[in-house]
Amino acid sequence: MALLEVTDLHTRFRTDDGIVKAVSGVSFELDRGKTLGVVGESGSGKSVTFLTLMGLVDRRHAEVSGSVRFDGEELLGASGSRLQKIRGRRIGMIFQDPMTSLNPVKRIGWQLEEAVLLHHDVTRDEARRRAVEILKEVEIPRADARIDDYPHQFSGGMRQRVMIAMALINNPEVLIADEPTTALDVTTQAQILRLMTNLQQEHEMAIVMITHDLGVVAELADHVAVMYGGRVVEQAKVDDLFVKPEMPYTWGLLGSLPRLDITAARLEQIPGQPPSLLHPPPGCAFNPRCAYAFDRCREELPELRAGAGVVGEGHRFRCHLSDDERARIWEAKKAALQAEGSAA
Amino acid sequence: MLYFLIRRFFWAIFLFFCATVIAYIIFFVIPSDPATIACGTHCTPQIIAHVRQSLHLDLPIYQQYWIFIWNMFRHGSLGYSYANGQSVTSILRQDAPVTASLVFGGAVFWLGLSIPIGILSALRPRSIGDRFAMVFVLVGISAPPVWIGLILAYLIGFKLGWTPIATYCNLLPTSGTGECSGPAQWAYHLILPWMTFMFLFSALYVRLIRANVMETMSEDYVRTARAKGASAQRVLFQHVLRNSMLPVVTILGMDIGLALGGAVFTEFVFNLRGLGSQLILSAQRDDLPVVVGVVVFATLAVIVFNFLVDVTYAWLDPRIRLST
Repeated sequence: MALLEVTDLHTRFRTDDGIVKAVSGVSFELDRGKTLGVVGESGSGKSVTFLTLMGLVDRRHAEVSGSVRFDGEELLGASGSRLQKIRGRRIGMIFQDPMTSLNPVKRIGWQLEEAVLLHHDVTRDEARRRAVEILKEVEIPRADARIDDYPHQFSGGMRQRVMIAMALINNPEVLIADEPTTALDVTTQAQILRLMTNLQQEHEMAIVMITHDLGVVAELADHVAVMYGGRVVEQAKVDDLFVKPEMPYTWGLLGSLPRLDITAARLEQIPGQPPSLLHPPPGCAFNPRCAYAFDRCREELPELRAGAGVVGEGHRFRCHLSDDERARIWEAKKAALQAEGSAA
Repeated sequence: MLYFLIRRFFWAIFLFFCATVIAYIIFFVIPSDPATIACGTHCTPQIIAHVRQSLHLDLPIYQQYWIFIWNMFRHGSLGYSYANGQSVTSILRQDAPVTASLVFGGAVFWLGLSIPIGILSALRPRSIGDRFAMVFVLVGISAPPVWIGLILAYLIGFKLGWTPIATYCNLLPTSGTGECSGPAQWAYHLILPWMTFMFLFSALYVRLIRANVMETMSEDYVRTARAKGASAQRVLFQHVLRNSMLPVVTILGMDIGLALGGAVFTEFVFNLRGLGSQLILSAQRDDLPVVVGVVVFATLAVIVFNFLVDVTYAWLDPRIRLST
């Protein structure tokens, strides 16, 4: 049994303009110690999916349905106090912007101790020792002195380390990382990612890496889920996805990825805008931007399915194009990319 | 911090000179003859001339201003009233406690009402309670203070007869006969003015606190606290309140500082002999030393409270503590 099983999750927000279908029928599984990469543009529903399963969406404005089973226990509809016991204790979460995710008026030691004291019946001194220990583990220099500093006295990368420390302080089984490196510069990004993989091995925890950066996914993830318009449009083992992606949106994502081994004249881009979740297009949500869309795509939502000749077990995607057509288009794309590479 | 204090100090001096110079200039633009007032009813031109000379009214304005500054710094004197010869410092000493009682007591009332209401309506936006609070706020903002004061005096003081409608009693017991004094009488007589202040200010403060709490609730670090497993109450008290009180402290300091310079309307309605009514009285009879005295006091009040705001701010927000 998987540690985290999400089945047919829906999240809808009631707004003054109408109902925003932020998440529509998302399903995935996460095993202990594994990493799931969740990729998509802003507004594809990737963050909301995980805020929903943590019980962090505002229930006054959100309608939630489906099932989230964590270690066999249903989380959707669980009581507030039950969720509080799981949040921060068994599922840790870190967020995109380390500059605003720490309380500016409390010392980081206080904030770390709070995370311990919320879940363990220990003294403040013991909590403080644990805080120093975890700060050392996330490689903050002079941890015992810096624990009494305020967040603004740390750089962005250091603050993200503090955030990671805070999420890991209770040894959670799952770490949900919502774009943890987006706000950081490139060298810091690499350090933070390396730190996360090291800690994953030591603590044997599962990681959900929410990102729009396929490079991060390629490096860290075991499985990938590509999200678009509030749905999973393709999911696979990470190698399978990069070897043979099966639908046009994923092709677009791969084409827009800068690569050092190929000197492209210019990066391919996906034309158009992400779909409105208030008034999503009928049929496949990607059809207005898809170069291969035909009538059926505008009428009928493609199921998440496996196809004949698709590499890898568990590789599923949403596309109406036939297996032959998809294979032909991908071969052509791959050849074009390689031709550009060798021409340079 | 030292640099900050020094800079503050020089600003205060500058502000003080600006305020007093403006008060002097306004007085000399208005045509009047203080010597006639000071002289009294039976005056001959000779006596007026004599009075004019002894009050230095014959000197040019900048020299008068200089004499005023000199007396203040050399003798700690703000001069003497033209109208009755009483020293301005003694007038201030007599009137300031009235205004201070009114303002500080009022502040306790308006904060005591607006903090809980503001927080509750922020936690339940668009609920019945929130909408009810909004109506209350609109009434409070729209109604003039005189009207609120009169309505309260009429309903509670006159119709119901629960409270006195005028006069002030000393906070500290005095032995004078026929005078009411002592904390109980003091508070009893000030209830209506305090309530007037409460309606007047809590309207704005409810709005302010509601907006700030709502804004803070949507901050990323509040989400972090919830992701840590903190309960709703804990998030509110440990993470939201301190951050959302920062702007309230600023406005509160400014309001108290300003109000100490004379809560003119409220004092007028309840016949309290505070700085506000003194200011009006003195301005009407061209009693320049008293007006300038009140201005000096008000300036000091504003300066002191701005300073207190800065100190409180630094205490509440470590980012400010370190950048100054």
